Amino acid sequence: MARTSKHGASLKPHARNPIRKGVGRGASVRKKAASLNLSVGGLLGHHMDAAGNSLSRLTTQPFAALMTLLVIGIALALPTGLHLLVQNARLISGEWANAVDLSVYVTPGTSEEALADLSAQIESHPLVDGLIVLTAAEALEDFKALSGFGAALDTLEENPLPATMIVRPNALDENPEKVMELAAELQALPRVDLVQLDTEWVERFHAMLDVVRRVVMVAGILLALAVLVIVGNTIRMEIQQRRDEIEITRLVGGSDAFIRRPFLYTGIWYGALGGLISVVLVTVAVHLVGGPVSRVAGLYGSDFSLRGLADLQWLWLVLGAVVLGAVGSWVAASRHLRHLETG
Amino acid sequence: MIQFEKVTKRYPGGQEALQAIDFKMDAGEMAFLTGHSGAGKSTLLKLIALIELPTSGHVFINGRSTTTTPRWRIPLFRRQIGMVFQDHKLLYDRSVFNNVALPLIVASTPRQQIAKRVRAALDQVGLLHKENAMPMALSTGEQQRVGIARAVVRKPALLIADEPTGNLDPELSQEIMAIFTRFSEVGVTVLVASHDQSLISSLNRRLITLDQGRMVDPGIGANADTGVFTGDDGNG
Repeated sequence: MARTSKHGASLKPHARNPIRKGVGRGASVRKKAASLNLSVGGLLGHHMDAAGNSLSRLTTQPFAALMTLLVIGIALALPTGLHLLVQNARLISGEWANAVDLSVYVTPGTSEEALADLSAQIESHPLVDGLIVLTAAEALEDFKALSGFGAALDTLEENPLPATMIVRPNALDENPEKVMELAAELQALPRVDLVQLDTEWVERFHAMLDVVRRVVMVAGILLALAVLVIVGNTIRMEIQQRRDEIEITRLVGGSDAFIRRPFLYTGIWYGALGGLISVVLVTVAVHLVGGPVSRVAGLYGSDFSLRGLADLQWLWLVLGAVVLGAVGSWVAASRHLRHLETG
Repeated sequence: MIQFEKVTKRYPGGQEALQAIDFKMDAGEMAFLTGHSGAGKSTLLKLIALIELPTSGHVFINGRSTTTTPRWRIPLFRRQIGMVFQDHKLLYDRSVFNNVALPLIVASTPRQQIAKRVRAALDQVGLLHKENAMPMALSTGEQQRVGIARAVVRKPALLIADEPTGNLDPELSQEIMAIFTRFSEVGVTVLVASHDQSLISSLNRRLITLDQGRMVDPGIGANADTGVFTGDDGNG
């Protein structure tokens, strides 16, 4: 057999040891090498045993285990759901994010020629990248098409809409103040009724979204801590239940790593199963909310639909939960096993 | 194999369990550690198994001081010692086989070797036919033999036992002692703590006698006279 310790080397069994009969020196060396190889396999086997035993131990107290798993699942589903909410909100506003255009409303009643002059003047401005001119008639057509008030608008005797120019400034990214300057300059031009900066509310929306995102992050951290505590507490109780076994294992030479192993696997199982539960919870929630959201989006003429966990996001969620379970059980096991030893 | 040098063990609260103990045991020797309850027998065995560390002095096991053994090495150290306890310390939620296999499992022994060695150990204590039984289904004497099988399954060079016959009737006690004697005859160093004076004197082995934490007789020589012991030997 392979004696792994240096102690072992000095504490060799006596030559007349009962079970070790008639093994020559060469044979014993060969045997040692062979069993060293095997003991790697042995370690793997014991890891698998430990993982299996930990799982089957969960099923011996199914109700308690299920409660713990549900709590973990909910704790993980909450920040995940909120994160999805923010992601979807960003998705909706994603197109607007690039909308840095200025809307220039021309004074009603401006002639076609004056409009052409004005557009040429604006287009030649160094800060302007390009522009689209919408005559009053075109604006009305657009509005009819988009608003759904077509019939009502037909009854109007004259077009209430002004001609509009959509001005795309250049160099906004580098310098937002320049755009404000440009807006002010355009506003000062004759025949310009109103200049509206389309990006303002998008920016506000994004700023708010950032706040929400930060809140979600903080909530996520807190709930992850909660998962650590839940797993740690569960492991602590299990250690209390198995004190005798731990003591005996220590006495027959079980290392800290060996004693910790089943508890680590228990924590990993709690993480993995709790993570899967949270994936299910989030998926169900997205399905429940998704239908009405699509209906609302449809009413606004958008084909937006709520997105759930993308591609491998669910896997990351489960992996994250496994890490939390492993860390929680590691900390608890290390702490309480040490405590058992001295106490 | 075992050497104590001026070993004192004081527990928190000032109680001195052992005072200036000096003794030596050679490899392959068998000895009994005797004295009444509270004489320090268990403490002495705990110092050998590194369950406790001496307050002062040194315990050498095979030339190596237990005091300088780093924490992570303690499990490796214990795997070289077989330990038998008065209360057997078996795991009652698993079979006899799995109880005896525990010292091999903690050392990551490959499975096929575990089966072979567990059966060899159970055979040595005459319990081969009970490998699938649960410990609760066994008699006290049989449970103690399972404990012994577990202690020897790794073929340790040193076997220590704390009152292994404490709860057994004289006949069963004789049987258990016979098992220890057999191990000693094949070269294992055996140290058995017992206050059962009549039992151990019948075996005619070295007697190490403690009284209130002091060594009254190191019982030097394998067949030393046992006459010094005078104390009440309890209910043995």
